[in-house]
Amino acid sequence: MLQGTHTPGVLRKVFGGTHRNLKRGSMSGKPKLTYFNGRGRMESIRWLLAAAGVEFEEDFLETREQYLKLIQDGHLLFDQVPLVEIDGMKMVQTKAILSYIAGKHNLYGKGLKERAFIDTYVEGTTDLMQMILTLPFSPPEAKKKNLPLIIEKAKNRYFPAYEKALKQHGQGFLVGNQLSWADVHLLEAILMVEEKEPTVLSEFPLLQGFKTRISNMPTIKKFLQPGSQRKPQPDDKYVATVMKILKEG
Amino acid sequence: MCIKGKLTGKNMSGKVKLHYFNGRGRMETIRWLLAGAGVEFEEYFFETREELIKLQQSGVLLFQQVPLVEIDGMKMVQTRAILNYIAAKHNLYGKDLKERVLIDMYVEATMDLNDLIMRHPMQPPEGREKNLALIVDKATNRYFPAYEKVLKDHGQDYLVGNQFSRADVQVLETILMMEEMKPDILAKFPLLQGFKARISNIPTIKKFLQPGSQRKSKIEEKMVPQVMKIFYG
Repeated sequence: MLQGTHTPGVLRKVFGGTHRNLKRGSMSGKPKLTYFNGRGRMESIRWLLAAAGVEFEEDFLETREQYLKLIQDGHLLFDQVPLVEIDGMKMVQTKAILSYIAGKHNLYGKGLKERAFIDTYVEGTTDLMQMILTLPFSPPEAKKKNLPLIIEKAKNRYFPAYEKALKQHGQGFLVGNQLSWADVHLLEAILMVEEKEPTVLSEFPLLQGFKTRISNMPTIKKFLQPGSQRKPQPDDKYVATVMKILKEG
Repeated sequence: MCIKGKLTGKNMSGKVKLHYFNGRGRMETIRWLLAGAGVEFEEYFFETREELIKLQQSGVLLFQQVPLVEIDGMKMVQTRAILNYIAAKHNLYGKDLKERVLIDMYVEATMDLNDLIMRHPMQPPEGREKNLALIVDKATNRYFPAYEKVLKDHGQDYLVGNQFSRADVQVLETILMMEEMKPDILAKFPLLQGFKARISNIPTIKKFLQPGSQRKSKIEEKMVPQVMKIFYG
């Protein structure tokens, strides 16, 4: 269906082409991530690959020219990053990429119902992390106002739901008694909120235990160590770079 | 069928039940997918903020948010989770991981565009013209060219895997919503025009497109403050 030496147009954008794409593609066969040198929407992908024990390479966007060239060369299906080159495909759209990695590496549960639980939990943590992700890009007055609202939502809407989930089944993982994408994503969210409010888990004993347990899993422990590909919190320089590259205001 | 009633403990009829306000919002894509899959569903509409609060207090909403869909003994929330479940259950999610990721890429983009469309009526009047131009620009220069090329490259009738999938349903939904904003939006996309006609004629979809179906109309401008009040107080 999608085989053959000639894959024109948009399929080249997704499935790679001939020699032209080899130059961009990963020579080592490892997944290659193209994004700004910071967390943003790519961070959850870094977390999931790391948790799955998958080594990856990174190409950082530093100038608008680089970004425009990516578009011109037809690498971005919808002219957007994240871009992940993996298994001969040029994947875009964060959720699509995460679902693929989860599915491939057995982090998506066993069966439709477990999958539904994982999807639901991941959507919650996505909404929560999205609020934090966009914060540095909002005007200073909005930042001041929004941060307490985010903490409030974490404490009153999101964390209670996950605490309850753990309480109900009494298991170590959120879904199906084994590590899944939902656990990795929740840990990422917990750590992100704690960076803003260190005591945020004070009323959630099960989440505290969860945090410790998941943090100690070998692949995740490794990712949490200094020198890993985990990115630090965004600073003004990062924000300025992103705005310049995307020409947003 | 609209049943205004209480949220009972058990779903005795086994039918799929949707809880939302009587309008498109985030539920519309779910209505489309159920309809496309030929699945009948019932709807509970809340009309006041009090009713939404009551639903929140009942403990049935995992994150205090709607859409809520009762299906297969589950009370599901989060639009994507619901869509993923319905698609997989009804064979509308491709045959393997690679088809699935293509479908996901295509539908994620439609959801980005749908979000812009959904928020458009909430713009203050002064910003509306500019916002419309932005949405039209994205549809015309970012999203529709991508789908047009997909169809061109494989020459098949459906977007992925030579069979009907959620990608076809969701792209059709988005095309029709864009046409409501700008009737000639597909002028430069002949293959999408053919796609629109073809998918619209699939029996389940054709039925959903007929008057009297559970498809909701575009929100009337005068209703916007009322709807905002339900969700935001």
